[in-house]
Amino acid sequence: MKKRVLPLLFAIAVPIGVGIAFAAPMSVQVRNGKVRATASQLGKTVATVDYGDVVETGVVQSGWYPVTMPDGTKGWLHESALSKKPVAMRTGTSDVETGVSSDEVALAGKGFNEQVEAKLRAEGTLDYTWVDRMAALEVGAEQIVEFRRQGNLPGGAL
Amino acid sequence: MKARHWLAASIGVGLSAALLFCGCEGMGEVGAELGRATGVLTNSEAESVKRGAAAVEKSWQDLTPEQEYYIGRAVAARVFETYRPLDQPQANAYLNLLGQSLAVFSERPETFGGYRFLLLDSDEVNAFAAPGGLILVTHGMLRCCENEDELAAVLAHEICHIQAKHGLRAIKQSRLTEAFTIIAAESAKQLGSEELASLTREFESSVGDVVMTLTTSGYSRTQERDADAAAVRLLKRAGYPEAAILTMLKRMDERLATAGGLGFAKTHPSASSRIDALKPTIPTAQAASDAVRQQRFAKAMQPVLAGQ
Repeated sequence: MKKRVLPLLFAIAVPIGVGIAFAAPMSVQVRNGKVRATASQLGKTVATVDYGDVVETGVVQSGWYPVTMPDGTKGWLHESALSKKPVAMRTGTSDVETGVSSDEVALAGKGFNEQVEAKLRAEGTLDYTWVDRMAALEVGAEQIVEFRRQGNLPGGAL
Repeated sequence: MKARHWLAASIGVGLSAALLFCGCEGMGEVGAELGRATGVLTNSEAESVKRGAAAVEKSWQDLTPEQEYYIGRAVAARVFETYRPLDQPQANAYLNLLGQSLAVFSERPETFGGYRFLLLDSDEVNAFAAPGGLILVTHGMLRCCENEDELAAVLAHEICHIQAKHGLRAIKQSRLTEAFTIIAAESAKQLGSEELASLTREFESSVGDVVMTLTTSGYSRTQERDADAAAVRLLKRAGYPEAAILTMLKRMDERLATAGGLGFAKTHPSASSRIDALKPTIPTAQAASDAVRQQRFAKAMQPVLAGQ
């Protein structure tokens, strides 16, 4: 009996480990993630991902992960947009899919979040008017490419 | 009994093999579950392993990007209580074009809410990097910059503080321990009113720690040197002449000499010591700022600088 258990466990554990190394699920840790066609912050956007979404990743290359979306779309995400840890509690996402425990997910999903900010706003403790105005000052990749081209900055693309 | 030991050893070896490939996160959990599933550990033993793994002390590194974002927003809101934002849409739009075009070249191009920049209506020579990517630059600091390249150097330095999460490191560990304890104790997604009140207090205190560091006590000298060194690398990757940071620091030194001990002077190492540290890493002969960049900087900032 025991002779058969050890090879069996190796047969299960090692392929799991190898599989995780080359195709691991990772969590998106930015609010509006853009999956790029190329490994560049200025590459064309082929899909968008939300905070807490789980994507399949391949082997990281110079800070960029090749990713596969649940619908099969492929592209690239920078490593700073991804986390191996769970980052948020997602409704409709089972622990089995993400491979993490309920405790970990609960811990990541709470804390200093919108619930706390809402309380501070309601109490009038902090004025977020200018913070919200700042948040609206987003610059698109096309604008950046044009800004760099006009400014004679080399490359233009990353 | 022997078979049980063999089984436990086999699980250990198997887990080690898996660890080699997938890192160590959640392994207490995995070990406990595997132990329970195979009958090596009883349910209560498995729970104990899980609790032990969860009891590892949490620190600023355990704050998620979302938590960092909300801390940063509150830090910026607090800074605005002392430093009034400069309502100059044209200048702020240019500042964001420049800043966000630099941020894509940083080692951390993505944060939860992205990088944003804003001018402050203050003559104090200063700039602040609130966690998560909100960067504030005073009118006084802007006047230390004669061209786009020098302003890029200021912004690059602040981006690098965010990249290294220097602001979050200012939060006292006791606040985080308390906050994580409150969070962990409550299993539901929405906190009860008492827990929320306690957590909000810890949040405010944490924000206070960061604001105090940004505006009064300053980062450590090592953190400032690291941000300078990283800024030079960032400028180079983005195609700006690294020497711009030296000319900016020189002008800042001159301005601070006349302005007294305000702003940067109290929260940063002296400009001359920063220049000395950076000089060996920067090519000496570099071209002056490009004419187009010079022109667009002057145009965008003219309404702001005209009032000086």
